[in-house]
Amino acid sequence: MFERRTFSYKVSCKVSWIAVAAVAGLAAVVPAKAEDSVKVGLILPMTGGQASTGKQIENAIKLYMQQKGDTVAGKKVEIILKDDGAVPDKTKTAAQELIVNDKVNFIAGFGVTPAALAAAPLATQAKIPEVVMAAGTSIITERSPYIVRTSFTLAQSSTIIGDWAVKNGIKKVATLTSDYAPGNDALNFFKQNFTAGGGEVVEEVKTPLANPDFAPFLQRMKDAKPDAIFVFVPAGQGGNFMKQYAERGLDKAGIKVIGPGDVTDDDLLNNMGDAVLGTVTAHLYSAAHPSQMNKDFVAAYKKAFGNRPGFMAVSGYDGIHLIYEALKKTGGDTNGDKLIEAMKGQKWESPRGPISIDPETRDIVQNIYIRKVEKVDGELYNVEFATFEAVKDLGKTKK
Amino acid sequence: MTAILTNLFDGVAYGMLLFVLACGLAVTLGLMNFVNLAHGAFAMAGGYVCMVLVNRMGWPFFAALPLAFVSAAAIGIALERTLYRHLYTRSHLDQVLFTIGLTFMSVAAVDYIQGSSRVFINLPAALQGQFDVFGVGIGRYRLMIIVICGLLTIGLQMVLAKTRFGSRLRAAVDDPRAASGLGINVPQVFAFTFAFGCGLAGLGGALSAEILGLDPYFPLKFMIYFLIVVTVGGSSSITGPFLASLLLGIGDVAGKYYVPKMGPFVIYTMMIVILIWRPNGLFGRTAAR
Repeated sequence: MFERRTFSYKVSCKVSWIAVAAVAGLAAVVPAKAEDSVKVGLILPMTGGQASTGKQIENAIKLYMQQKGDTVAGKKVEIILKDDGAVPDKTKTAAQELIVNDKVNFIAGFGVTPAALAAAPLATQAKIPEVVMAAGTSIITERSPYIVRTSFTLAQSSTIIGDWAVKNGIKKVATLTSDYAPGNDALNFFKQNFTAGGGEVVEEVKTPLANPDFAPFLQRMKDAKPDAIFVFVPAGQGGNFMKQYAERGLDKAGIKVIGPGDVTDDDLLNNMGDAVLGTVTAHLYSAAHPSQMNKDFVAAYKKAFGNRPGFMAVSGYDGIHLIYEALKKTGGDTNGDKLIEAMKGQKWESPRGPISIDPETRDIVQNIYIRKVEKVDGELYNVEFATFEAVKDLGKTKK
Repeated sequence: MTAILTNLFDGVAYGMLLFVLACGLAVTLGLMNFVNLAHGAFAMAGGYVCMVLVNRMGWPFFAALPLAFVSAAAIGIALERTLYRHLYTRSHLDQVLFTIGLTFMSVAAVDYIQGSSRVFINLPAALQGQFDVFGVGIGRYRLMIIVICGLLTIGLQMVLAKTRFGSRLRAAVDDPRAASGLGINVPQVFAFTFAFGCGLAGLGGALSAEILGLDPYFPLKFMIYFLIVVTVGGSSSITGPFLASLLLGIGDVAGKYYVPKMGPFVIYTMMIVILIWRPNGLFGRTAAR
């Protein structure tokens, strides 16, 4: 019974691969014919631990399409949402179905790095753009010439906070990072810039991804007596970390928290309690960004969905904007190569500030802000106080 | 020196918490010989009830704790009467499949109702922070856990050893047929015990939100810890799981503190060593029933 199943599964896989190849072949030979609609296959984690990422991106895209209408360059934009639960196998299946059955013109979303990587070969074969709206490991855009990213890379924020820390009187740092690819990216890029500037890493702890209790790790940090702790934990664990940080009295011992902004994600920040006050992070977006455009964006998002947008929401908002702009530039032509060409070098004003797509790497170039958690009108916000302009991804393979 | 004491304190608190969470499972698995992998779901239910009462309805934390116990016990007894009792006589595989299915359903249900992000219970200021006793940092919340769980353990031991109900339960476990022949209502005793175990899990769930984090995946994430406590402790009494919880709690905290690179493995290494040394657990009964 089991053997038979595997067999038919293999066959169906093979069939779908042939179909992918055929679609790809056709797309290359036959010029794209005028269709009435453009389909965007959105693959997001809507269930599971990463679901808040998926929710935010989906909301932001809905908001954008309400504001800007659902037609661009004479074509109706249609979004097909698939849930992958942040499991790469499911991402791959979803991408296959979208490409083969639904014949989408874009695949987009991708909550975590492994998901974005799983879809990369499919984007290459089908020659359609893959717009990464969340995953943050540097290598992603190198895996296919059809990948464009509108979120961020961990190298961007981690190198910047390393530079900032050294220049602002933080000499000794203990690090606490989750033991998986983004955590290691954050740690390595931080260390590289921090030690180059003369800082010293006195203690280095990697916590398991499914970590029940930070207490022993935090006690170790406390006993190492650093000036600050550099922290990267996946979004959902930030709250637990900050609570235990305060419980253990590290704030009173004068040990600051610094890191890339994931730990103080706007989505969860307000529930973390006053212990987070004074945490300094480097990140691409804060809901408190003072531009008029952002104020309008936050107000509209709050009105539509009842909570504050976080950096994932703004990445989704910019992702769909990029798709719209690319279609405008090609005049509605959905040829993948032309769309990618049209996306390269795009520049626009986003709620997070001025951003652009690097024509070389297809990765995002954006301002990185240094922010401090403060209380504004009784709510906790990341308030920006310094800006590093037009930061490229520094984590690309050295050429 | 103070570091050792602080770690010991944290370890004891963590162990106590594990015990309250897992002792209900020790009862169902060990005493009733029923594999209940859905145990964590009752803990989660208690945690979420407490969260809703405190955060949304403004109850004081200490008033919400008993209700976490009661509601988890009520859910427990309802499920025991309607579903579980049909499976007492079935094979262990059936029980595993049934309860793991129940676990997945609970995860999906909570995810649907409350959303998937982690929730926190707003604590009174008196429970926040740490104070120093001769340089040893004592977390207020962890101290409260030790007090509550310590009292519970003593209470449980007294009930089991000294009361009529305790002796009925022990009789029902040792030989259900003879016990019912002597006029003990065995199903009733089991149902009550099951509900009590679920209630304890619910209380544990409410207490653990602050330390372990509470989200819809709680039953899956901590299932392995509960099972370790029961297998290492053996299941003939509650002293076994209690000592096992303390040992694992202290071992886990100390391991993460002193050898952070090996940290997550310490608890499993301890389990393997203990089980090789004593395959029936620290206090397992050697004679098969």
